Amino acid sequence: MTQFHTDGAPIEDTKAPRDVPIAEIWDKRRVETKLVNPTNRRKLDVIIVGTGLAGSSAAATLAEAGYNVKSFCYQDSPRRAHSIAAQGGINAAKNYRNDSDSVYRLFYDTVKGGDYRSRESNSYRLAQISVEIIDQCVAQGVPFAREYGGLLDNRSFGGVQVARTFYARGQTGQQLLLGAYQALERQIGAGTVQMHTRHEMLELVVVEGKARGVIVRDMVTGEIETHFADAVVLASGGYGNVYYLSTNAMGCNVTATWRAHRKGAYFANPCYTQIHPTCIPVSGEYQSKLTLMSESLRNDGRIWVPKDKADLEKDPREIPESDRDYYLERKYPSFGNLVPRDVASRNAKGVCDEGRGVGPGGRGVYLDFAEALARLGRPAIEAKYGNLFDMYERITGENPYEVPMRIYPAIHYTMGGLWVDYDLQSSIPGLFVTGEANFSDHGANRLGASALMQALSDGYFVLPNTINDYLADGPFDEVDESHPEAVEAIAAVDERIKKLLAVNGSRTVDSFHKELGHIVWEYCGMERNAEGLTKAVGLIRSLKEEFWRDVKVTGVNEEFNQTLERAGRVADFFELAELMCIDALVRGESCGGHFRSESQTEEGEALRDDEEFAFVSAWEFAGDEPILHKEALEFENIALKQRSYK
Amino acid sequence: MNITLRVWRQKGPEDEGKLVTYGLEDVSTDMSFLELLDVLNEQLTLAGDEPIAFDNDCREGICGTCGVVINGIAHGPEVTTVCQLHMRSFKDGDVIDVEPWRAGAFPVIKDLVVDRSAFDRIIQAGGYISAPTGSAPDANSIAVPKKDADHAFDAATCIGCGACVAACPNGSAMLFTAAKVTHLGLLPQGQPERDSRVIGMVNQHDEEGFGGCTNIGECTAACPKSIPLDTISRLNRDLLSALASGDA
Repeated sequence: MTQFHTDGAPIEDTKAPRDVPIAEIWDKRRVETKLVNPTNRRKLDVIIVGTGLAGSSAAATLAEAGYNVKSFCYQDSPRRAHSIAAQGGINAAKNYRNDSDSVYRLFYDTVKGGDYRSRESNSYRLAQISVEIIDQCVAQGVPFAREYGGLLDNRSFGGVQVARTFYARGQTGQQLLLGAYQALERQIGAGTVQMHTRHEMLELVVVEGKARGVIVRDMVTGEIETHFADAVVLASGGYGNVYYLSTNAMGCNVTATWRAHRKGAYFANPCYTQIHPTCIPVSGEYQSKLTLMSESLRNDGRIWVPKDKADLEKDPREIPESDRDYYLERKYPSFGNLVPRDVASRNAKGVCDEGRGVGPGGRGVYLDFAEALARLGRPAIEAKYGNLFDMYERITGENPYEVPMRIYPAIHYTMGGLWVDYDLQSSIPGLFVTGEANFSDHGANRLGASALMQALSDGYFVLPNTINDYLADGPFDEVDESHPEAVEAIAAVDERIKKLLAVNGSRTVDSFHKELGHIVWEYCGMERNAEGLTKAVGLIRSLKEEFWRDVKVTGVNEEFNQTLERAGRVADFFELAELMCIDALVRGESCGGHFRSESQTEEGEALRDDEEFAFVSAWEFAGDEPILHKEALEFENIALKQRSYK
Repeated sequence: MNITLRVWRQKGPEDEGKLVTYGLEDVSTDMSFLELLDVLNEQLTLAGDEPIAFDNDCREGICGTCGVVINGIAHGPEVTTVCQLHMRSFKDGDVIDVEPWRAGAFPVIKDLVVDRSAFDRIIQAGGYISAPTGSAPDANSIAVPKKDADHAFDAATCIGCGACVAACPNGSAMLFTAAKVTHLGLLPQGQPERDSRVIGMVNQHDEEGFGGCTNIGECTAACPKSIPLDTISRLNRDLLSALASGDA
């Protein structure tokens, strides 16, 4: 096997106290951390990049505490960050249902759901803090669903056996983000946060080994600005758009975290990506993004494809029961259509690879409500799923009350991200990473309704407590644009922009992005193997070379230039894609969202290898040959088990 | 099908701007309107022309970033955002005019992109409940009647896209402002700041140069989230009562 990396020294988290039971770690850490006197906080500056749930909540909270915050987002308003699109809900171990839920049970579900590839101490803290998040959001006026008695409603979500999910119709992310956004705007109005919208971070400034600032581009004028602070927080989201088609917003990108990675921050578990099984399939080459539909549809819809390829062009309603293959019900009789996301996704790809996929390009499977409509009646289905059916019809032009829906998996969330310790500090002192941007608490797979929980836990409660320990040693020496490391960073940004504009080749940025996406989806998507991954690294490298030789970026830097913005992001996606494949190649086991075809049971299920792979891969940037540092994972509270959904 | 687009092109805030005509062939009815603009932009780029600048992000109708006026209607012929508008709403041979939001308080940045930062400043002036992190009581310590919670939610679904302003002959942002006043004013948590909120937000609204509301109702007709017009009545009641109480 070709090896694309070198091995480095192991690493470990040194911040979580180890001499107390897991339930006491967070309390003890908060007692140990140094504090910053309230009057000294106003002498300290913190930069926060990104205004989604993790960024807005941290900016508002640190400003309330008295720090000077400078906040940046690429959107025209902090309220537009992609957290806003989360539909389902947010978990919390409130046990309001009296159904035996507890902090421990949420912790257990998180570690098990993550296929035993997360850090126990972090996952436990996440479950502990979950209860405070709901209190905070309700106090801000987040309109969660309520019962007739006026108290909060809950539902169950994502294969767990308790009802611990709080929700605001299908728009929970929107309502939570608006809560955090309003808290942020309150601080902007009070002058404690300096907000920079339509600004994109292009470089991290590291001075004497510490993160001290960022270089950003004003997306309206093209001006390159340098901002300094005592600490930098990246809350810039995930990297799902490396696949081109994903459920992410068009602007979501990896640039902030990738630039920090190039400056020394380790990138952890980049191969852990989550694929969502119930998205609306691609309808043509022009497709720009994929739309998710809530997984709850699988509660009543039955998934099938024709047994015989000859039936593919037929009206699905004309195909008799005996000629349909309800493949999930057939293979997994006890869970049926409710198998976990990765199993449902992989099986959909499997039947399409066999040539039995339906719809344009043969990339779709039926999700059929005929049986549920007959059993429950149309009014009941409308009440439960009406908004989803409407959304489906608006996008596809087909009426799902009449004909079966077509669905296909899509990239939805990335568990990998910058490596952080228990304090959420990266391997660069003074650089903190929150939310989806860090590798965090979800291991190899994230439970439904846990992304919002983690982003707000990091932003409202973890970071504002842990960052003090670092800032207590500040304020650090003044730096300005004349400092050699700042000069070098500014020059690097200028040079890169000039280089992109100078190529003036024959292919558009999007055509490269699409081709890159195809490669990553094919070889580092739902199913991976050594041969394919090795091939992918070669394909990505040659496409990257072609990009820098033949891309066409119109216009100039000194203007509103969306092509230039996209070109910079795609250039970074190339480098990330390489690392994802290398990481996937090293991880020879199957776990969570990462399925290696070489590592499966006789029944074709994912086979974990705890002897060899119970570690976090933390990658150090070193050009074409990244260095792998391993953080061993120890399970002292939860026994390792193989998942089974038969 | 074949489509002709007449798109507003404006290099920058100081440029005069004009409609430019583009022809598109073999347009799929399954395309979204923004995907049509993507296709046109790819063609323009390859021809060495400047692509059309337009704001967009989530493309699922929730972030509120996109928004253009199509044939004189904000977000076009369907009650949805322009990213969720599909070409099946048009027919072969159609000539479609595409313009930015037109409002004094939303200056054009380039082509179809406008500056909506005035909305953020209206929120800064009171569109929040002051609840510093860590100070919250247990979430179930306050019961909220379901009816109030549901009404508050209906108002809270505003995505801040600005269609209401673009649709209003007065260029008023009263529906946007009223949606937030209604959302927070219906909840028990929102009561302590109810008076100062409505006064602060309405003052800021006027300072930003938005026009006054004369109950025409174009805003609610154009709103992709169907924010009801009665939120504005509610704002007016709150404003009157706050001014009468005199202590805000």
